[in-house]
Amino acid sequence: MNIFVLLKQVPDTETKIRIAGDKKGIETNDVKWIINPYDEFAVEEGLKTKEKLKEGTVTVVTAGPDRAVEALRTAVAMGADNAIHVKMDAPNADTYLAAKALAEVLKKENASIVFTGKQAIDDDQAALVSFVAELWNVPSATVIVKVDVSADKKSVQVQREVEGGTKFVIDCPLPAVLGLDKGVNTPRYASLPGIMKAKKKEIKTYQLADLGLGSESPKTIDSNFQLPAERAAGKKLSGDAGAQAAELVKLLREEAKVI
Amino acid sequence: MANIFIVADHKDGQLKRVTLELLSEFQKQGADPVAVVLGGPEGQAIADTLAKSASKVVFLENAGLTQYTNEAYANALHAYLSKQSPHIVATGATSTGKDFLPRLAAKFAVGIAVDCTEFKLGGDKVTVQRPVYAGKCSKTVEFAGTPAVFSVRPNVLPANNAAKSGTVEKIAADIGQVRSKISSVMAAASKKVELTEADIIISGGRSLKSADNFKILFDCASVIGAAVGASRAAVDAGFAPHDMQVGQTGKTVSPKLYIACGISGAIQHLAGMRTSKVIVAINKDPEAPIFQKADYSIVGDLFEIIPKLTEEFKKLKASS
Repeated sequence: MNIFVLLKQVPDTETKIRIAGDKKGIETNDVKWIINPYDEFAVEEGLKTKEKLKEGTVTVVTAGPDRAVEALRTAVAMGADNAIHVKMDAPNADTYLAAKALAEVLKKENASIVFTGKQAIDDDQAALVSFVAELWNVPSATVIVKVDVSADKKSVQVQREVEGGTKFVIDCPLPAVLGLDKGVNTPRYASLPGIMKAKKKEIKTYQLADLGLGSESPKTIDSNFQLPAERAAGKKLSGDAGAQAAELVKLLREEAKVI
Repeated sequence: MANIFIVADHKDGQLKRVTLELLSEFQKQGADPVAVVLGGPEGQAIADTLAKSASKVVFLENAGLTQYTNEAYANALHAYLSKQSPHIVATGATSTGKDFLPRLAAKFAVGIAVDCTEFKLGGDKVTVQRPVYAGKCSKTVEFAGTPAVFSVRPNVLPANNAAKSGTVEKIAADIGQVRSKISSVMAAASKKVELTEADIIISGGRSLKSADNFKILFDCASVIGAAVGASRAAVDAGFAPHDMQVGQTGKTVSPKLYIACGISGAIQHLAGMRTSKVIVAINKDPEAPIFQKADYSIVGDLFEIIPKLTEEFKKLKASS
């Protein structure tokens, strides 16, 4: 079984965002890069699937600049067997272009099942799962909190969570693209032998042209990155608990007019 | 600009407010969008409701659309829209909107912008504004292809809908090949107010000390119809499930009122709630970073304050 994991390298959640001079992105000096947390669940699910089925290989794929190779090596250190890097240097390579490239890789490599995060915590688009699936012409499900691959490896049953905590149990024939949410599993740490192996691992590289996408360009254009306006200084309430509570309700009612 | 289509979001026979928010904003900017409803026979009532706020409603009917699947929605929409020369296709950034819209964009071979908080029509172009890095910053997005495909965050645009008496055109929908199947639906144990759609959110942090103590927040929330959220620290400590988490690896919310109880205000939490219109912070630690973002600050013990607050809300409800 060709188990595939799509992952993205993103700034750590603790990163304080600064806007680049041209306002077309963020300042990336001094940023600590990590595997997108939701994609870590995907790496773990890929490894668990291989262990459960007692066969197959786990291949991690990213589309991004050269630094993204580090994220692939981290996934190999966790236990992934192979890694593929699609070089995309455009600073604002969009969902369209990334999905195109990843779908071409999945076709070329004959993937049997694909795990990825429900969204990347940098652009927060949450669009890649369905986008890749449509371009590859396979079913998909996203915001998944449980995965169960059938013993015959022909289908998968997942639980998708929607607003209000309702869960949909969905059956999909394979191959399919699955977007995972927090809670689906607990990602393992990289082992020491894993880290040693990852350092030497040969990473397969594709240029967009190798995937027949040499003339493609992004379909969305970003500009005017800006920080949110600072909030005006607030009011500090005083008195005992009862007085503070009463004052707060009065202010919310009469000044802020939100209740 | 003509040929603007809004895909209605509805669930359990109820139209979601975000659909009206979208209609209202387009109409305010001088456009006259077509509302598209997908569904089985039950969709007729939704279409009729929408015709009170849109001059034209298209109802794509097929029994296979009663139970939502991303494939059926995308296939039916593409089959219809590809004959309409659409300039814009927009919907709400809800569970369903986020799921089917990328498929539709892929079918049109165009880009997509998800969870936008503003859009501006100008000539034959539309530009959108959307938060990134969980709202630590935002950006403007333009579209290189046609149609422009985007979704808007619920609860952000005002729904001031003018009364209309629109037409409803019913069309048999072509849902194409649908491979994924919903085999069952597990309802949530308790009927909770959804965080991303809530007007008021009361959130608890690690200072709540246990899952049981979250009861004081639920008690308070039930008085004013609020949703209850949690910080990552509280979720990681097992006090609350992940679907209650507000922040960069949880939900991004923008309610009218956000009450943070015992939450210090880590950067990743602030990212998820900073667009709330009014922020109240209750915390024992006067140095907690959350106070820098709060409109109203209470330095004190939440176990004393919250029950008093619940009482005050009850008094208010009794008097109004």
